[in-house]
Amino acid sequence: MKHQVMGVINLIHETDDMERLTQNRCLATVPFGARYRLIDFILSSMVNSGINKVAVFAHTKYRSLMDHVGSGDHWDLNNRQSGLFLLPPATDDIQEVSRGDLYHFYQHRDYFNRSTLEYVVIARSHMVCNIDFEPIIEAHKAREADITVVCKQDADLMGGKARKMRMDADGRITAMQDHYGRMHSSVSSMEMYVMRKDLLMELVETSLAQGQDHLVRHAIFSRIDKLRVYGYLHEGYLAVVNTLSSFYQSNMSLLRPEVWRELFFQQGTVFTKGKDEPPARYLCTSKVSNSLIANGCRIEGTVENSILFRGVHIRKGAVVRNSIIMQNGDIGENSLVQHCILDKDVRVQYDRDIRGSFDNPFLAGKRKII
Amino acid sequence: MGRKKEMVAMLLAGGEGKRLGVLTKDLAKPAVYFGGKYRIIDFTLSNCAHSGIDTVGVLTQYQPLELNRYLGIGSPWGLDRKDGGMAILPPYVKQKGGVWYKGTANAIYQNMAFIERYDPTYVLVISGDHIYKMNYDLMLQHHKKTGADITIAGIEVPWKEASRFGVMHVDDEDRITAFEEKPKTPTSNIASMGVYIFTWSVLQKYLIYDEGSRNSSHDFGKDIIPAMMRDGLHLSAYSFRGYWKDVGTIDSLWEANMDLLDDKPALDLADKDWRIYSVSPNRPAQYIASGASVTSSMVTEGSIVEGKVERSVLFFGVTTGKNSIVCESVIMPNVQIGQGARIYRAIIGEGAVIEDGVCIGSPNDDAITVVAVGEIVTNEPVLLEVEPS
Repeated sequence: MKHQVMGVINLIHETDDMERLTQNRCLATVPFGARYRLIDFILSSMVNSGINKVAVFAHTKYRSLMDHVGSGDHWDLNNRQSGLFLLPPATDDIQEVSRGDLYHFYQHRDYFNRSTLEYVVIARSHMVCNIDFEPIIEAHKAREADITVVCKQDADLMGGKARKMRMDADGRITAMQDHYGRMHSSVSSMEMYVMRKDLLMELVETSLAQGQDHLVRHAIFSRIDKLRVYGYLHEGYLAVVNTLSSFYQSNMSLLRPEVWRELFFQQGTVFTKGKDEPPARYLCTSKVSNSLIANGCRIEGTVENSILFRGVHIRKGAVVRNSIIMQNGDIGENSLVQHCILDKDVRVQYDRDIRGSFDNPFLAGKRKII
Repeated sequence: MGRKKEMVAMLLAGGEGKRLGVLTKDLAKPAVYFGGKYRIIDFTLSNCAHSGIDTVGVLTQYQPLELNRYLGIGSPWGLDRKDGGMAILPPYVKQKGGVWYKGTANAIYQNMAFIERYDPTYVLVISGDHIYKMNYDLMLQHHKKTGADITIAGIEVPWKEASRFGVMHVDDEDRITAFEEKPKTPTSNIASMGVYIFTWSVLQKYLIYDEGSRNSSHDFGKDIIPAMMRDGLHLSAYSFRGYWKDVGTIDSLWEANMDLLDDKPALDLADKDWRIYSVSPNRPAQYIASGASVTSSMVTEGSIVEGKVERSVLFFGVTTGKNSIVCESVIMPNVQIGQGARIYRAIIGEGAVIEDGVCIGSPNDDAITVVAVGEIVTNEPVLLEVEPS
């Protein structure tokens, strides 16, 4: 990128209503789209926009995160000119972990001060999109904004929770509220903030000095009159994946050709950790339609309108409909699985009948045997 | 000078693969695609990785560009090491001028300096042309146990095919009593797999001797091994049981791909303990549309299937249009198959475009049709352009 930009993926206190899906993992590593984890989308978008220094503010349950991102090589972030920096809480006292994100920015201030990069893009992991930051930073500079917030008009939230904002005719943000607020507006925040690094550090210090703890709620919100905060409308696909229903529905939305074409083929590639699985096998009894299938699957039964992650085995006579089956799931002979979300390594034995509904999909936790 | 290695591998990857025709026009044979996401060389490199071999010299010669780019620094196979790792060894110009590799033995001879850096006790010589999963460490144990000077891996092949290989006569103690390279009337059906373990000090002597010999074709099978036989050295056979295939011809390449589609294939790619590593194409999951039908097939990420696919192998990034039929075929990466196109018993080269309604091959014909890399097949009659004189 010709601009001097560093990326921060902020996982601290992400809104998370994912029930058992995040029992043992953070939101960022929730599997999505047959072979990805949520964080892959923002990480790839940053890399594809030419941002090659990315810090990830790990917070809690980050073993799966460390395992997934590793040295960053899958995103080309491990060479001399680039880097992926996993920054876990740097606290003396265990209670400090629960403090707001500003405190963590402060704890890691050396990381920011040491860098010569001028701008920061701060984002969350649960906004699934394929976005180019280059024009956003252009617009930020052209408008002489202090802060640019990426947002989406009339977003189909599919049950996800997003912050509402109000924008005036010039694109200036006039009001913002928390995820659970009641303000009516057609504009949802994508929780991506562009600003100068100097401004970020200044906001961190002054806000903390005033006893404020949260970047958006305190540092930005309360200065909305003083700072030039602008919105940038994202035109493409967006899924806000922070509730179980939005997880289910946005996965299902990937089955629409216009969605997968846009998300996976139009902008840059979405990168993820490789698994060396062989190609998927379809046996003579397989019947598959309108489904996304990852490598390493073995399909002997019927699969309709579903998403199968890597290494899933659908045995003879099994029928899977409108379901999401994560890595290494195993569906026994003649079982029916409908409107289900099966976490990794779930085994459904033979002749079982498991049904949820579109509005209330059945969720089975990791390694469950049914 | 690196740390001493017990064994280094020398992988012969310079094969031209003439018999693969248009598929190897711009590609060395080891770089030819196989099995939905792999290239042939992935199998031997993965074998090295699983056998605990961390130093591999890859000898390239013919059309190395694509192969070199693919191999990189060997990371996908865990061969990006500080000490050892993968080294690509093309023929190079020396002070007294350079020459191409004149034969398999000469290729190793020209790279003796590479081998000596690691001061190995044993050298494994393998070729990047074969599909098989083998633990070279077990073979090394055999080599050490028998105290042989050279161990050759052998596999029983059907008698009618034996004349295509180097065949060995083996006694009760695994000692090789006779070795014939591609005999017209074979007297044994134990074929050499082209996998050799040499005690380095012995091989070194023979390489130097062979280099000075004018009548030699500088080939392991034709010259080095017969010479060792003549001199009464201890040649031992290591018998290998499992899937092994030389995919040097269009027919065998097609067959080997089809072998993967059995219910329980002899070559199990899904074996978690012996993963075949490759450069990940990093594509989204495959999409099987409504109205599509996929049976007895292998499909790879990044493919979009809208038609019917039967007993076929689809590589990554393949698209098949509505009402198309792909039957008993191997479709290499990024091929586009138009609506209503029909493909029977064919190998379609990377990036080829089969336009709407085109028919390739026939359900009643046994011959394998090959479409070249990047070829665009249309329904229009082909107009030959006359070059201006």
